Amino acid sequence: MLWLRKGLNQPVKTLTVKKSSASTLPGLSSGRPAPTASKNAPLATICPTHALREQEGMMDVDYARCIHCRRCHQPSLKNQMAWEEGYHWAEIRSPSPRLPGAFRHSLHMRVVDAGDCGACLNELHQLASPVYSLHRLGIAFTPTPRDADVLVVTGPVTVSMKEALEEAYRAMPGPKRVMAVGSCALSGGMFASSFAVAGPVERVISVDIAVPGCPPPPLALLDGFRLLMGTASEGPVEGTVKP
Amino acid sequence: MTPASVLEHILSQHAEMSATAEVNWIRIAVQPSWLPELVGQLAPLWTFAGIVPENDPQPQSVRLLYVFYAPKGPWLGIEVRNHGQNVPTISDTLYAADWQEREMEDLFDVQFEGHPQLGDFVLHDSHWPEGTAPMKRHSWEIRQKVNGFQDLGTPRIVEAPGSFVMPIGPIYSGTAESIQFGLETVGEEIVFAHIRPFYKYRAVEKLLEGRTPAVALLIGERIDGLTALAHALAMAQAFETLAGVQISPRAKLLRVFWAEIERIRSHIQVLAGILESTGLSVPANLIQALEEELLQISGALTGHRYLFEVIRIGGLRRDWSDADIQSIAKRLALIVEQAQRILDALTFDNSFLDRLEGVGTLSPEKAGTHGLVGPVARASGISRDLRIWQPYAAYDQVRFDVPVQAEGDGYARFRQLSQEIAQSYRIVQQIPRMLMPAGEGFPGDGFRITEARTAFGYAESPAGAVLCGVSSNRQGMVERCRMITPGLVNWHAFPHALRHFAFQDFPIILATFGLSVADLDR
Ligand code: SF4
Ligand code: SF4
Repeated sequence: MLWLRKGLNQPVKTLTVKKSSASTLPGLSSGRPAPTASKNAPLATICPTHALREQEGMMDVDYARCIHCRRCHQPSLKNQMAWEEGYHWAEIRSPSPRLPGAFRHSLHMRVVDAGDCGACLNELHQLASPVYSLHRLGIAFTPTPRDADVLVVTGPVTVSMKEALEEAYRAMPGPKRVMAVGSCALSGGMFASSFAVAGPVERVISVDIAVPGCPPPPLALLDGFRLLMGTASEGPVEGTVKP
Repeated sequence: MTPASVLEHILSQHAEMSATAEVNWIRIAVQPSWLPELVGQLAPLWTFAGIVPENDPQPQSVRLLYVFYAPKGPWLGIEVRNHGQNVPTISDTLYAADWQEREMEDLFDVQFEGHPQLGDFVLHDSHWPEGTAPMKRHSWEIRQKVNGFQDLGTPRIVEAPGSFVMPIGPIYSGTAESIQFGLETVGEEIVFAHIRPFYKYRAVEKLLEGRTPAVALLIGERIDGLTALAHALAMAQAFETLAGVQISPRAKLLRVFWAEIERIRSHIQVLAGILESTGLSVPANLIQALEEELLQISGALTGHRYLFEVIRIGGLRRDWSDADIQSIAKRLALIVEQAQRILDALTFDNSFLDRLEGVGTLSPEKAGTHGLVGPVARASGISRDLRIWQPYAAYDQVRFDVPVQAEGDGYARFRQLSQEIAQSYRIVQQIPRMLMPAGEGFPGDGFRITEARTAFGYAESPAGAVLCGVSSNRQGMVERCRMITPGLVNWHAFPHALRHFAFQDFPIILATFGLSVADLDR
């Protein structure tokens, strides 16, 4: 009872999102490199994860690989990649990622750590904090596969976790969706060439939503859930944490 | 007797043992057969850190460095060459070496004579044939087993009527990391506990071989994302020692500044986990909101919420204006004050104290034999802290205390974290005044490593000592890199803390240890 009162006395912490400018939210997202005209871009070889690829005069970024390490965007370089702010990073990877209408107000996710460093998992965990307050969107964590609508996978899928991941997917009832979170889960990230890594999630089970980043910030994860639930995305926004 | 006099005594008795000064440690080469006796003499006063493998000029052999350290003393590497022969186990005299030997056996195929339980550790036997030894030199082709998966389960020790093993994991709850527990019981009480780690083995140490230092750092900080900066710092310092790079005083202070912010954030995260495990969701949420605030401060100032890519070899990725540093210190004051208020209120909450007091106790003796590190060790009366024992960066310039608790129970670990936050905050507050003017920036990637040799880099991560042993080659690439992490050391003792406690205490005891599986599995 004591804690309930203490909790009610606290100021509101939930993030309010304003639909105004396209600028970013300091500390809410790291941002990432944006495609840049080749003549202004550094050499593709600067990228440790081979995320840069030149195409028709543009230096493109493969976000599944990018770990936003900023090596292509440092002041010591003559040519730098442009840096884009924001967090609308989630991408659709299957023909019908959206869950049927009934899921618009309630969604249960089961998280599988397939070799995560801990940061992607912690960003997922942060979603439940009062700042992002996942529950207000009707999204909840569940440990039981029978209740799960979406499998959220993080980490590069190690050889020893591969079967456990397949098993977790099999145990879910339909309709079910898979969301792969983090560059590890999407491409192996920094661990892509390890002998102990079985490969990105899509090599094990089919992926519906990809959320790139190392780690993707909580707002990018929410973006992924919106795609799944079919609720409108908010467009470029600015937000502040109210004191 | 002091650690130094013990060492002198040993060296004077064995004229045939030669001590050579390496770049930041002392190498003592011995015959394998002398190892147990030597370790027995060193162990009471010297702390065993772990085994760091080095390449031997002879391809069939591997050199094992048994690394020891002491307060203000040098780092010692007791060198043993195996020549494809057995090496006597030391885990009977020094239990902390148990997992280290099992790892060396599984990864390098070094056989430890007298070790009761080798094989099937890092590489699960269901996926790799025994004897795969991927870390051995010239093991390019690593074959996986093709025949399917069998549930390995966990071993059984207890033989009593009605006893059973309750398996938990590898996937078990919320955003928990993957690991398997086997709790043996005859009813309500956990009689024996096992853990089966390395589901998440990413072979980081293998992956580091042949990398440039800059890329190695990107891998190193992804071993454990929640203490990334400490791992990067340990690794960067090893490379800096190898290259003979001098770090500017400003960079040293800023490294300490961010390292302590990481410690505060990590401790707050562990505390939120403890509160959650006891079902106190209101204070857990309040604390978690403070964690988010720290993540946002880090993100806004460094460009990364988890402080990845902040440490660079030679300094930091960027500098900050003095005003920035001051404003972070100010915001931190508010956060720490709020956190302390919540934590203090909890010490008057009886229902909370009942869940933690006398629960998950790890005696100082157990903590000692397992060589524990970090807040977990300090909560069991062992005041081991690399910031004091082996001051690196600017830790010799700042004033702080290392709190210690005597009880070793869940409540002691809770208090320990809370008191450490206060000390870290004390350090952060000192730094703005001490900073030399900003400006000249930090040296970039212009360093060169030209010699083939081994150096140690170390840091006290929020969870305890991280030791990085790097052997470089003449081209300045990583030949071998060993990461001995607090996870690897502290998980070893965790099952002991579960014994004779009730099932429902399991998640609470687990939370009070604040252990990272990624840090263990690597
Ligand atoms: S930020 Fe790093 S990983 Fe991403 S494209 Fe640039 S260099 Fe590559
Ligand atoms: S993507 Fe990055 S943050 Fe996420 S698990 Fe991989 S290394 Fe960690």
